[in-house]
Amino acid sequence: MNWLSNISPPGLKSVFGKRETPDNLWVKCPKSGELIFKPDLEASFWVTPSGAHLRVGPLVRFRAMFDDQKWEAIELPEVPRDPLKFKDDKRYVDRLKGAKAKISDRNKADPNGENIIQDDCMAAAIGLIGGKPAVVLVQDFAFMGGSLGMAAGEAFIKAAETAVARDAALIVCTASGGARMQEGTLSLMQMPRTTLAIEDVREAGLPYLVVLTDPTSGGVSASYAMLGDVHLAEPEAMIAFSGPRVIEQTIRQKLPEGFQRSEFLKDKGVVDMVVDRREMGKVIGSILGHLMSRRKSSSKGVPPVSQPRVDVVE
Amino acid sequence: MNTYLDFEKPLADLDRKIAELENLSGNGEGPSLQDEISRLREKSSKQLHELYKNLDPWRKTQVARHPERPHFKDYIAEAFEDFVPLAGDRVFGEDEAIVGGLAKFRGRSVVVMGHEKGRSTEGRIKHNFGMAHPEGYRKAVRLMDMAEQFDLPVVTLVDTAGAYPGKAGEERGQAEAIARSTERCLTLPTPMVSVIVGEGGSGGAIGIAAANKVLILEHSIYSVISPEGCASILWRDAARARDAAEAMKITAQPLLSNKIVDEVISEPLGGAHRDPANTIRSVCDAIDRNLTSLEGLSPKELRQQRKERFYAIGRMN
Repeated sequence: MNWLSNISPPGLKSVFGKRETPDNLWVKCPKSGELIFKPDLEASFWVTPSGAHLRVGPLVRFRAMFDDQKWEAIELPEVPRDPLKFKDDKRYVDRLKGAKAKISDRNKADPNGENIIQDDCMAAAIGLIGGKPAVVLVQDFAFMGGSLGMAAGEAFIKAAETAVARDAALIVCTASGGARMQEGTLSLMQMPRTTLAIEDVREAGLPYLVVLTDPTSGGVSASYAMLGDVHLAEPEAMIAFSGPRVIEQTIRQKLPEGFQRSEFLKDKGVVDMVVDRREMGKVIGSILGHLMSRRKSSSKGVPPVSQPRVDVVE
Repeated sequence: MNTYLDFEKPLADLDRKIAELENLSGNGEGPSLQDEISRLREKSSKQLHELYKNLDPWRKTQVARHPERPHFKDYIAEAFEDFVPLAGDRVFGEDEAIVGGLAKFRGRSVVVMGHEKGRSTEGRIKHNFGMAHPEGYRKAVRLMDMAEQFDLPVVTLVDTAGAYPGKAGEERGQAEAIARSTERCLTLPTPMVSVIVGEGGSGGAIGIAAANKVLILEHSIYSVISPEGCASILWRDAARARDAAEAMKITAQPLLSNKIVDEVISEPLGGAHRDPANTIRSVCDAIDRNLTSLEGLSPKELRQQRKERFYAIGRMN
């Protein structure tokens, strides 16, 4: 709806309605309100001119982080679906199906759509960052709020194991509302399970970096999101154990502006750096360059990376 | 036993009647009262048996939260000797929601810690209803470091609605504190046994429960979010807590079949609060047995056992 639809006669509405361009080609910046041409937004990894970091999926993150935008997708383990036969207003299996269809459509529409394997809220890939081998695991908020369940837990373990096997750093981009309630206490168990996987990376002497993105809270922040050797955060991301709504209910007062945002967490000593997404690959490259400088170049070699498809101009 | 739960109301009525009659016969009025009392007693015990035979998950949640359920301090007083309480995280402060220290347990020195909810009003406030701040988890890390240094096993008793969701805790890194504490459990080179003795509330519980053996009392619950919290998110109605408790499978039996817990410790008829002494004895027997079974393992084997234990949960066969 725009101001035109309010004043134009019904006959005209359908004429305007048929035009698809305004919906698909322009995106409104949540910070400044300006309309941004979508191809421009894609070129800047969905960071708006006024600096708002829009939520993105794994493909955009891979492109923003890997050298030459090249990577090899990592296959993630299958897990039991709906072990508790959970049902609220909707069956959990149906929610999963819906979420899968949604992200599959989105990934397919991407020019690199074939360079990803994603069955739940996690996708992983291996490639080079600043010339150093790295496994990047991305949590996708678009898939059931990035909730941490068995699939995400197993994905994390697999990513960590791949990093160890291929002598690569582990980098995790977090985005999650917390645990997946539909898997009950099994989802809680992903906190110690992912932590155990980090221990293997630590023991192998490989760096484990966390990129905190909007939003990261609950069981995710209280486990692997806070165990990095280095914590990077995107600007203004909400990072919390308990979300602001829960706290406001508890203390019955409004929280100050900027509470639980990246910059606040840096002030409080929990985050090392607040980094613009467009600089993320470069910053991670520097960190890996230092942390991995004493490692002998691996016999496991540079990981094979697949060529991304050339962007098709339509 | 002073507090009856909502679903125990018929029982409460009977017991009140019995008490009244006992009062009367104490006064020596009427000869036939004794028969009536024993009849009501029998009825009351039958009623209790019926109520507790098949407690649904929501009722178990209420039992797990019963104010007279044995708490950490009761276990220490009854079953641990020479307890030396240790305080403070050495950084910010002391958090009495998690109490811990050194003690002798069945012949061996251990590091013991757990959530304490408090019982009186002042006690509850002092212990913040068992809801810890970051300092509680940082103290737990400190005590586990000590266990490593002096080669002592660790015993934890879990009983919390969750870590405290407040402003101060957030500012001081609640999430980081829980994550580090969980990690410290998992890297511990000495045996660790945890018992969910009341409520196992989410991250606040797991921070001190990532152990070699995790045991649970029969009517305790272990959950990723409170049933009320789950209901208010999924149904936007906290009153649907009963449905949430059911759906999330938070009670001992399903937790055992999902390998989340290793053993279920039976409670006396009518719940732990009806017979604290026997409950504490059963729990401590189970801790002792499990500690003993771990005592021959090397630090490496203990860490490996913990890894295999947690990795096995939810895995496809």
